[in-house]
Amino acid sequence: MPAAALIDDDVVTRVLTAALRTGGDFAEVFAEDKRSSSAYLDDGKIEELSSGRDRGAGIRVVVGETTGFAHTADLSETGLLVAAEAAAAAAREGGGGTRTVALTRTEVRHPSPAQIQPADVAKATKVALLQRADGAARAAGGDIRQVSASYADSRRRILIANSDGLLTGDDQVRTLFTVGAVALGDTGMQTGRESIGHTIGFELFDRYDVEELARAAAERALTKLAARPAPTGELPVVIGPGGGGVLFHEACGHGLEADLIAKGASVFKDRRGEQVASPLVTLVDDGTVATEWGAFGCDDEGTPAQRNVLIQDGILTDYMWDFLRSRKEGRPRSGNGRRQSYQHLPMVRMTNTFILDGPDDPASIVSGTEHGVYVAKLGGGQVNTATGDFVFGMTEAYLIENGEITEPLREGNLIGNGPEVLQNIEAVGNDFEFGPPGTCGKDGQGVPVGDGVPTLRVSKLTIGGSAA
Amino acid sequence: MSDELLAIADQVIGWAHDGEQVEVVVGKSRSTEIRVYEGDIESLSSAESQGLGVRVIADGRQGFAYAGSLDPDVLHEVLDEARDNAGFGTPDEFLGLAEPDGVPVPDLDLYRPGLFDVPTDRKVALALDLERAVRAADPRISGIEAAEYADGVSEGVVVTTTGIRATGRDSACYVGAYPLATDDGDTKTGFGFSVGREPSELDVDAAASDAAQRATRLLGAVKPAGGRMTVVLDPYVTAQLIGILAGTMNGEAVLKGRSLFADRLGDEIASSVLTLVDDPTNPLAYTASHTDGEGLATRRNVLVDNGVLQKFAHNAYTARRSGTVSTGSAVRGFKSTPGVGCRAVSLVPGTKTQPELLAEVGDGILVSSVAGLHSGVNPVSGDFSTGAEGLRIVDGVLGQPLREFTIASTLQRMLKDVVAVGNDVEWLPMSAAGVSLVLRDISVSGT
Repeated sequence: MPAAALIDDDVVTRVLTAALRTGGDFAEVFAEDKRSSSAYLDDGKIEELSSGRDRGAGIRVVVGETTGFAHTADLSETGLLVAAEAAAAAAREGGGGTRTVALTRTEVRHPSPAQIQPADVAKATKVALLQRADGAARAAGGDIRQVSASYADSRRRILIANSDGLLTGDDQVRTLFTVGAVALGDTGMQTGRESIGHTIGFELFDRYDVEELARAAAERALTKLAARPAPTGELPVVIGPGGGGVLFHEACGHGLEADLIAKGASVFKDRRGEQVASPLVTLVDDGTVATEWGAFGCDDEGTPAQRNVLIQDGILTDYMWDFLRSRKEGRPRSGNGRRQSYQHLPMVRMTNTFILDGPDDPASIVSGTEHGVYVAKLGGGQVNTATGDFVFGMTEAYLIENGEITEPLREGNLIGNGPEVLQNIEAVGNDFEFGPPGTCGKDGQGVPVGDGVPTLRVSKLTIGGSAA
Repeated sequence: MSDELLAIADQVIGWAHDGEQVEVVVGKSRSTEIRVYEGDIESLSSAESQGLGVRVIADGRQGFAYAGSLDPDVLHEVLDEARDNAGFGTPDEFLGLAEPDGVPVPDLDLYRPGLFDVPTDRKVALALDLERAVRAADPRISGIEAAEYADGVSEGVVVTTTGIRATGRDSACYVGAYPLATDDGDTKTGFGFSVGREPSELDVDAAASDAAQRATRLLGAVKPAGGRMTVVLDPYVTAQLIGILAGTMNGEAVLKGRSLFADRLGDEIASSVLTLVDDPTNPLAYTASHTDGEGLATRRNVLVDNGVLQKFAHNAYTARRSGTVSTGSAVRGFKSTPGVGCRAVSLVPGTKTQPELLAEVGDGILVSSVAGLHSGVNPVSGDFSTGAEGLRIVDGVLGQPLREFTIASTLQRMLKDVVAVGNDVEWLPMSAAGVSLVLRDISVSGT
C-alpha cells in the first residue's frame, strides 16, 4: 500500500487533531512524494538527463467559508505539526477544543496501474528512444532541418487524510514522449509536433512506436511548407476526431466548474436542466478512463475518480465539484478536486473531458461542407468563463472546397463563444478518438488532462488567418 | 539568511571529483497569499519552499538533478544522480559552466526586510480594501471573482567549481482584483493590480480604478467588420508582444534554427522608431536581478537599436558555441538547467501620450487585450494571429467597444509596420514593460 509509506497513521491522526485545535470544522493532510525523470534530445545531441524529487505535505483547515493552508517539505511529525499550526492560525480563530479523529482506510482502484515502473528502466533505454525518434524524423525528408525529442516520466504517490475520517491514497505513474520537427522550404520554416502520453508506465512504448510518432511530426512540418495563409472571417469549421477535443475543454468545460459557477463567473450559471447545446451533444468528464492522461484512482481530496455526464443530448445535467463547493451545496463530490502539488490548494478541475459519438458518417460531414476549414489539430487555447469567449491556435488545418479537403493552411487562431458554438454544432460523427495529452492551467496550477471528440461540424467560427 | 544557503552549496561543491565541473543552485522562499470574497477571507496560505539543483559536467557531458528539499540526506543523493545522468549525455565541446567575467554586480535595492513586520491583518485589510474600492468604483460592477494580496521573499545562491559565488534576494508584494461588470444583460471581466517591494508601495486605488475601467469599458461590445487597418496596442498588450519578440532574439533559439532572426544580426529588421532593450539592472523593473541563473552579473543589453538587430541574449553555453560572451541572460529555477531569456525588456519610449497617438491615427482599433497570443505566434515562421478585444478609434477618439475579433500579420511585417511608440512606459510584474504602440496594415477579422 503506497500511502502507508508516506506518513504513519498515528502521526496523521495527531496532525489532524492539532489542525483542529483552533476550532476548525474540517482539516486535511495531503502528502505527496513525486519522483520524475526526463531526457531531452535536440540538434542531434542528448542534451541532458534530469531527475527530480519533490516531497512534502499541504495541510488545510476550514472554518466556515475560510480556508487556512500551509505546506512543508518536512514530513517528520515535528514538521507536519508546525504546518498544521500555521494552517489552523490562518483559518479564522474559532472556539478551540479537542476533537478526536478516527481514520478509516479506504482503498481506491486505479484505472490503469503501471506495469513497468519507469524508474526500473535503464537510462540508456530511455535515451535510445530519443535517438530512434531523431533518426526517423530526419529520414522523412531533406527539408527537415531540426529535430527535438523529449521523454518524461513521473511517479506521484499521494496520501489524503481528513477529519471526516478518510484515509486513502493513490499511486499515479505517467509517461510522455514528444517529437518536434522543423522543416525549411521556400516559404520559410514550419514546425510539426506530436506527443503521446498516458497514465501508465514504460509499457507505453510497447503500445506506441516512437519512430512512427517522429515521422508524423516530420510529415506535419513538411506538409505545412506548402500551406497558404488561413482565411479570415466566419466560416463553417469541421473539427477532426481526437485533435479538436480541447475545444470543448475550453468552450464549455471550464464554465461547468462549480467554483466559477458559485462566483457568477460562468455563462452556465443557473442553467441546469436547460438546453445549452445542440441535441447532438453529450459531454462527459471521466477520470476513470484507463490510461488516459487525466485518469487517476482518487482525486487530490481523496474522492475516487468517476464518470460525470455534464451535458446529455444538449441538456445541461450537472457541474463538476470539489470538496468545498459540494459541502456548501450538500451534495456528493464528483472526483474533480485536484491540485498541482502539495504546495497548492485543491480546486475544481477537469479530468478527461470529451464529446460522445453522434449519428453521422465523418466523410459525409466533410462532403456536406461547401466551403470551410477542416481543423485536424488544435493547439493551446483559453477561455473567459464569464463571457464564454475563447481562442485557440490551429496547429494543423486544411481548406474545405466543394466538400473536399484541399490545401493545408498556415497557423491561425480560431475564436468563438462557448454557448454559441454548442448551439451551432450541426453534425457529430461516429469516429470518436481521444486527443493528445494536455496540461490544463487554472489560477497558476497545471494538471494533466485528456480530451477527445468525434468528427463534428460547427456552422460558423471566426478564423483569424492572415489572408486578406 | 544567504549564509545558510552558501554553506549548503559549499558542502556539495566540496564533494566534486577531480576533472568534473559542479554547479549548485540553492533556493529558498517564503510566501503569503490571501484571497477575499464578499468581505470575508476565502483562503490564507503561508508557505515556505526550498530546494537545490546540481549540474555536473564531465568529459564534455552534462547531467542534472534536483530535490525540493535541503535535508542533509538529500544533498549527496542529488549530486550522485546528476553525476550518473551526465554519463548519458552526448559529448559537446561547448558545454561548461560560467566563469567569472569581471562585470560588476549592479547595486540594486530589491529586498525590504520590513515585509516581515507587516501583520497578517494588515495584508488581509489591503485585499478587503481593494475589493470594496472596486465595487464602489462603478455601479455596473456586478461581482468580484477574486481579490487578493500576495507577497514573497526569495533568496538564492549559485556556487560553482569554476569560481562563481553569487547570492541574491528580493521581496515583492501584490494586490489584484478580477471584477465582473454587467449592463443590459452583457457581462465583461477586467483586472487591476498594483505591485511593490513592500506593502507601503501598493496603490490600492489605482488597482481598483484600472480593474473597474477594464471591466466596464467593453460592455456592449460588438464584432467589428474585417479589413486591414491601423491598430494601437494598449501598454499591457505591447508588453506581451515584446516578451514574445525577445524570445526570438535568444541565442538558444538561434543556434537551433528556431528563430526567424538567425543570420540577421546587423540587418534592419524593424522600423527605425523601435529600440528594444533588455535591462535587468533597471531598478524600476519588478523583475530586476543582481545576477543571472549562472551567477554572472546582469547587464543592459540593446537587442534592437533604431530598427537594427544588434545582439542576441546568451548564457555561457550558447555564447561559447556562438563565439561570443554571455550577456548574463541565463534564466532558471533550481529545478532546471539554465536556459536563455530576457528578464526586463522594454521599448525606448517616444514622445507622445496615448490620446495624442489616437488623434494621429484617426481611424482604427485600440486593442485593449489579446487572448491566445502564445499559441498564435510561431517564433519560427513568424506567423502571428491572436484573438482580441478593444475599442474603435473614430476621428482620433475612442468609440464603440469591440469583441471577438482577431488581428493577424507576421512578426517580420509587424516590426516594419511600427509607426510610433508612446511615452507611457509602464513596468509590470512580468519580464516586459508596456507602452502604447501603433502598427499599420494589420489584418483584422471579425464578421
